[in-house]
Amino acid sequence: MTKFLLKKCSSLFFSLFLVATLTFFLMHAIPGDPFTQDKAIPEEIMQALKHHYGLDQPLFVQYLHYLKGIVTFDLGPSFKYEGRTVADIITQGFPISLTLGLESLAIAVFLGVTLGTLASFNHLKWQDQMVMFFAVLGVSLPSFIIATFLQYLFSMKLEIFPVARWGTFSQSVLPALSLAMLPAAFIARLTRSNMVEVLQQDYIQTARAKGLNTFQIAIKHVLRNALLPVVSFLGPLTAAILTGSFVIEKIFGIPGLGGWFVQSVVNRDYTVIMGTTLFYSACLMFCVLLVDILYCFIDPRIKKEM
Amino acid sequence: MKLNFLIPILLLGFSCQKGSEASKKIPQELRMNLHGEPLCLDPRKANDVTSINVLGACFEGLMRLGEDRSLAFGVAKEVKVSEDLKTYIFSLRNATWSDGVPITAFDFMDSWLSILDPSFASEFAHELFIIKNAKAYREGKATKEEIGIKAIDNQTLEVQLEYPIPYFLDLVSIGYFYPVPSHIAKSNPLWAKKYSKDFVGNGPFKLAEWQHYNEITLIKNEAYWDKDKVKLQKIYLPIIQDVSTELSMYENGELDWAGAPFSSLPLDAIPTIIKKHTLETFPVAGVYYYVFNVQKHPFNNRHLRMAFALAIQRQTIIDNILQGKQEPALWFVPPVLWKEKRENSTFKDGDLIEAKKLFNLALKEMGKTKETLEPITLSYNTSEGHHKIAQAIQQQWKEAFGIDVKLENKEWKVFLDELNKHEFQVARLGGIASYNDPMSFLDEGVSSRSLWTNKAYTKLIEKAAITSDPKRREYDLKNAEDLLIEDMPYAPIYFYTYSYLKKPYVKGVKISNTGHFEFKYTYLETHD
Repeated sequence: MTKFLLKKCSSLFFSLFLVATLTFFLMHAIPGDPFTQDKAIPEEIMQALKHHYGLDQPLFVQYLHYLKGIVTFDLGPSFKYEGRTVADIITQGFPISLTLGLESLAIAVFLGVTLGTLASFNHLKWQDQMVMFFAVLGVSLPSFIIATFLQYLFSMKLEIFPVARWGTFSQSVLPALSLAMLPAAFIARLTRSNMVEVLQQDYIQTARAKGLNTFQIAIKHVLRNALLPVVSFLGPLTAAILTGSFVIEKIFGIPGLGGWFVQSVVNRDYTVIMGTTLFYSACLMFCVLLVDILYCFIDPRIKKEM
Repeated sequence: MKLNFLIPILLLGFSCQKGSEASKKIPQELRMNLHGEPLCLDPRKANDVTSINVLGACFEGLMRLGEDRSLAFGVAKEVKVSEDLKTYIFSLRNATWSDGVPITAFDFMDSWLSILDPSFASEFAHELFIIKNAKAYREGKATKEEIGIKAIDNQTLEVQLEYPIPYFLDLVSIGYFYPVPSHIAKSNPLWAKKYSKDFVGNGPFKLAEWQHYNEITLIKNEAYWDKDKVKLQKIYLPIIQDVSTELSMYENGELDWAGAPFSSLPLDAIPTIIKKHTLETFPVAGVYYYVFNVQKHPFNNRHLRMAFALAIQRQTIIDNILQGKQEPALWFVPPVLWKEKRENSTFKDGDLIEAKKLFNLALKEMGKTKETLEPITLSYNTSEGHHKIAQAIQQQWKEAFGIDVKLENKEWKVFLDELNKHEFQVARLGGIASYNDPMSFLDEGVSSRSLWTNKAYTKLIEKAAITSDPKRREYDLKNAEDLLIEDMPYAPIYFYTYSYLKKPYVKGVKISNTGHFEFKYTYLETHD
C-alpha cells in the first residue's frame, strides 16, 4: 500500500510539473498580454509596465523564475488585480466553490443513487421509465438552461429563493440544484444499469431465498457491488463540479474560483492563469488518487493486487 | 353606541398615518449592480469603468460634476487662470479626508508626482505630460523639482502646463487627478489594495466593505465638506456578471437599477423591456465605428472607404438591433462634446445612390471589377451585439455593391493584438471620451489604428492645441474633423447612449458626458 501511494504521489508531482510547463508556454503563445488594451499607450509607458512585472525578461528566465516560485509556494501577484496575490484569490474563491460543489455533489449522489435504485427494482415498469425520462432530460439540458428555469420558477414566480448572490443557505439552493442535475442523471443511469446486472446474480437469488426483504438485499448485497463504477465516476465528477461551476457561478453571482479562472484567461493575467490551472489540476489528481484508495476499502480484491 | 361607526374610520386614519410614517422613513440605501470586480482602487492606476465609478464616490478632485451637470468646484474653492491658459492657481477649501486629517495641496502634488515616477508603473503617466517638464522628467531631462506642480502652501496649488489646455479644469475632475492621502500612503503603500481602516478617501462616500467578486458597500462620509447635499446613507454594489440575472433581480425588487453605466441590458430582452418598463436613455460622448486599414489594398482607396461608409444604413441598425435611442453618427466626434452643435454632415445616412457611384469610381481607379476585387473581411471582437451589427452591415454592403464580405470574430485580446499589428481590413472599434473635449477623439490616437495621416489635419490639431482662443480652437478642430470625414479612415456608425432601468423612486441621478455616474446628488423618494 505504501509503495502504491509513493508511486501514485510521484506520478502526481510529475504530472503537475508537466501541466505547469505546458500552461506556461501555451499561455505566452496566445496573442495579447496583460497590458494589451483598446486605448493606445505610448511604447515607453508600455515598456515601463512590462519591466515592472518582469515581462521584459526572456521567456525561459520567466519560466525558471516561476518554477522557483511554485517550489517555494509563492504563486506571485495578480497582474491585473492590483495588490492581490494568487494565493489570496485561491484562498478566498475556493472555499466558496468547494461549498457549492459539495452541496451539489451530495444532491447528485443522493438523487442519482435513490432514483437509480428505484428504477432497477422496478425494471421496465412505469417508475423505471419515469426515472429514465428525467435522466435523459438532466443529461441533455445544459446547466444554464436549468439555472434560468429554476430562477424563473422559484424566485420570480414562487418567490421562495432569491434570484442570485451568495452568503446564505437559501442563496445556495438553486445553484447547487442546477449544478447537480447533470451528474444526478449520470449517476441514476449508472446505478440503474449496474444494479439490474447485479440483481440477476445467483447470490441475490440466494439472499431472496434466505427470506431477506428488498431493502436489506438492496443495502447489503446490491448497492455495494453496483456502486463500484459509481465511485470511480465520483473522482473526475468532483473535479468537474469544482472546475466546471463557472457558468453557474456567473449566472448566480457567486464569488467562487471559477470566475477568476476564466477571467484570468480573458485578462491574460499570467500568474492567476498559472495558479488556478495548477490548483485545479492538483484537485483533479487528488480526487483520482482518493478514488483509487477508496477502491481498496470497497473491493478487497483490488487491495490484494496492490 | 353612536360612536361605534367612528371606530373603523379612526382605525383607518391611524393605519393611514402609520403607513405614511413608514413610507417617510424610507432608508436612503441604493442597490445597483457593479457588474465586475474593480481592478484597482488606487486613483492613480485605476483605468476600468468599475473602479473609476467606485472611486468617483470615494474621492474628489479639485473640480467635480455639479448638480446641474456642469463643472463645479470640488476640493478647490477658487481658481485663477493665466491669460495664456498655461498657469492655474487653485485655492483649496478646508476639506478633510474621511479620517479627519486636513487635505492639503501637498496631497495633490505628491499624488500627481508619484504617477510620473517610473517605478510606480501607472498607465496614466503620459496623460500628465501636458504638465510642464513632466515628459522631460520621465525622459531623465528634468528634475522632479522642475515639474510644473507646486504646492505653494497647504491651501494653494500652482500648476503650469506645457501648452494651453482649455479643458484642464475638466481633467482635474477625473480619476488620476484625484489626491491620495499622503499621510497614509507613506506609511502603508498597500492602503488601496483592500478594505481596511487605511482606505481613506475624500469623496461623499467611503468604503465600508469590499468582498472581492461579491459586493462593495459604500456609506456616507460624514467628514465630507459638502455632506449636507448627500442624502444617500448607503450604497450596495453587488457584483453580478450575468446581465439577465441582473434584470431578473431588478424585476424581483432586489435591485433599484439595471443597465448602464456599470452594466448593460440583455440585447435580446430589449423589446420585452420596452413593453414592460420605462427604458431610460442618456446620450454620452461615445462613438461606435469601423476602422479601415488605409495602408493596405483595397482600403487605401479613399473612394472605396467612402462608398462603404455611405452604404451603412445606421437608422435601420438603431431601430432594429440597438433600440436604445442612439443617434446615427454622421460625424466622428459625439455632438455632446461641441460647444456649438455641428451643422449637417457632408454625407447622408444610407446614401446608396452615392455609395454605388463611389464604389464604381473606386473600382475604376484600382483597375478592378467587383468580381476581381479581393475578398473583404470585417473583424470584430466576440460579442452578441457586435455580431448582429456586423451581420446587418454585411447584408447592407451586399445589397449596395453585390459583394460578399466575410465576418471574422475573435476573442478580445487576440482581436486587439491583430489591430495593434495592423493585420486587418475593416475592424470594429468604439469608445467613450476620456475627457469632456473633442480633442479626446481627434488627438494623435486617430492615426494609431488606421495608420491614416494627413498633413493638413496634423497642422490643424497642432494649431488647436496651442491656441488660447476657445473659438479659434473649436473652429480648427471642426475643420480637422471635416478632413477626417472627407478621407474617411473611420466609418462612424452611431453615437452611444446609456440605456438603463431605474425604479421610479430613484431621483437626482447625474451622469457626466464621459459616462461617469455621480452618486452625490442621488436620493430615494418616498414610496410604499
